[in-house]
Amino acid sequence: MSSDTLLDIEHLSVSFRTDRGKVRAVSDLSLSLKRGETLAIVGESGSGKSVTALSILRLLGDNGVIDHGRVVFEGRNLLSLSTDEIRRIRGDRIAMIFQEPMSSLNPVLTIGKQVAEPICLHRDKNWDEAFEIAVELLTKVAIPDAKERLDDYPHHFSGGMRQRVMIAMALACEPRLIIADEPTTALDVTVQAQILALLNELTEQSQTALILITHDLGVVARYADRVAVMYGGRIVETADAKELYANPQHPYTVGLMASIPGIEGDAGARLITIDGQPPDLADLPSGCAFATRCQHAHDACRTSIPALDPVEQNPSHRSACFGYPL
Amino acid sequence: MSELIVDAVLPAVRKRSAFVAFNMRLIQEKPLGAVGGGVFLLFMFCGIFANFLAPFEMNYTDLTQRLQPPSWAFPFGTDHLGRDVLSRVLIGAQISMIVSFLAAGLATVISIVVGVTSGYFGGKPDMVIQRGVDAWMTFPDLVLLIVVVSIVGPGIPQIVVVLGLLYGIAGSRIVRGAVVTVKENMYTHASLSIGAPTFHVMRKHVLPNIMPVVIVLFTTRIGAVILAEAGLSFLGLGVPPPAPTWGSMLSGTGRTYMYLGPWLALAPGLCITAVVYAVNIYGDALRDLLDPRMRGSQ
Repeated sequence: MSSDTLLDIEHLSVSFRTDRGKVRAVSDLSLSLKRGETLAIVGESGSGKSVTALSILRLLGDNGVIDHGRVVFEGRNLLSLSTDEIRRIRGDRIAMIFQEPMSSLNPVLTIGKQVAEPICLHRDKNWDEAFEIAVELLTKVAIPDAKERLDDYPHHFSGGMRQRVMIAMALACEPRLIIADEPTTALDVTVQAQILALLNELTEQSQTALILITHDLGVVARYADRVAVMYGGRIVETADAKELYANPQHPYTVGLMASIPGIEGDAGARLITIDGQPPDLADLPSGCAFATRCQHAHDACRTSIPALDPVEQNPSHRSACFGYPL
Repeated sequence: MSELIVDAVLPAVRKRSAFVAFNMRLIQEKPLGAVGGGVFLLFMFCGIFANFLAPFEMNYTDLTQRLQPPSWAFPFGTDHLGRDVLSRVLIGAQISMIVSFLAAGLATVISIVVGVTSGYFGGKPDMVIQRGVDAWMTFPDLVLLIVVVSIVGPGIPQIVVVLGLLYGIAGSRIVRGAVVTVKENMYTHASLSIGAPTFHVMRKHVLPNIMPVVIVLFTTRIGAVILAEAGLSFLGLGVPPPAPTWGSMLSGTGRTYMYLGPWLALAPGLCITAVVYAVNIYGDALRDLLDPRMRGSQ
């Protein structure tokens, strides 16, 4: 682990206790993140991307269990910290932005209180000092007349503004890592672009690393340094963003790229889709999870799980595929 | 409209103008509830200032004025010992108010502590607490009250504690239900993600959001306690004489002299009915205005 590595997830496996027994949501996932880097985790619903993010801060809830693995952040394994130690990291060193700005803010607390809250919790500051910092933060995320708006309640704010407030809260203690779980899903397209640009600008300014969870490949292309594509609870391909676009290797990534409607295509052309359904996590096939939908699948794919191996001797580009039959 | 509710009730009536606005809304949208609130305020006023309002001392007897029907001198008449019924009803309001506020307050605190703990932690603690609540609720209220009062003897503290426990534990169900809903909201997860300790999340994020439920619970409990106390006094297990509680006035002189002096039963009886009815419609109106599910529906 080199000195500029901020976060190192090693062989993380997470499952949930359900009525149908234990369901594995994330299997043997490893990834690392450098200081100031933006990593996008891409995948469809149920691919395990949100679960991965929540596992980092141990916010899985009562029925989620981390089976094994390590999450090393600034040299400490977060999974072995005490409840109190992990609590001090949440919001201070690692902050999180959730996907629903409409419901992520407490409706009965003022905006000022909510932005100042992490500062009061983690810094030795009183409310007045925290409010001053809150004004600076709200100004930073482009809330006009921030000082006058401290006493407003969340329902006075639009969805985009609420997500700005969430970003301000996340930035409050100058964290080293921000995890944004589909931060723009519930917003209008134009607002989405503003929010992402703001997030990108602010994390770049403060050299904060960002894990951006999304299913929007357009977002990835624009803002991410590196991309991890998830499918069925595993990373199937990871590469630098440019490399991934230029040279996708895994059939699932290739399928995803092909399914983006292009601006040059024929107006009447049908959209390209990946046939079939995402796998049922409670009943994963024994081999590659994508084998049932993959047009290149062969016998090996159905019996054993491919390793995440470097592509063409390039250690930063890895793909978990046995390769197409020759 | 929804900002009025939030502003008025939740940050502990910090904004005075919003509090006024909320009451204006109550009058406009729920006139009957506002009347209930008015009667309830009158009841509290009478209770607080009973000693100044009462024209006679409550146990002042004048045997020459026995069983007088209502007149200008004695608006509610007099009883078999020539005591002024109005004065006794006013002092009765005071006792009812003290008992109901203390018992309903205690019940609400117990409901919050038990309900929030149970609902917030969920899982095994919830299971254990809720089975305990189930077991507690299998005791018939009245039997429990009679047993406790016959062991420790009648008196205000006993009644407050027993009624507080009875209604508190039963009410914890309602609080728990509200907490389970609030707990699943994103902002509870978000507050955990900024590193808030558990107690902080419960107090700052969960509790304010269940306040509408708590307020309504408190008001309905006031009515229930007044009724329960009147019932106990009627059975002779309430506040001991000579303190004039509404229940004991009904059961004592009220019942004995029902034919000679119907006003003796009517005065305390009407008071109980009016106050309990007023509290209930006020509570209903509050619930309609405060219930989160009703927010923004107008």
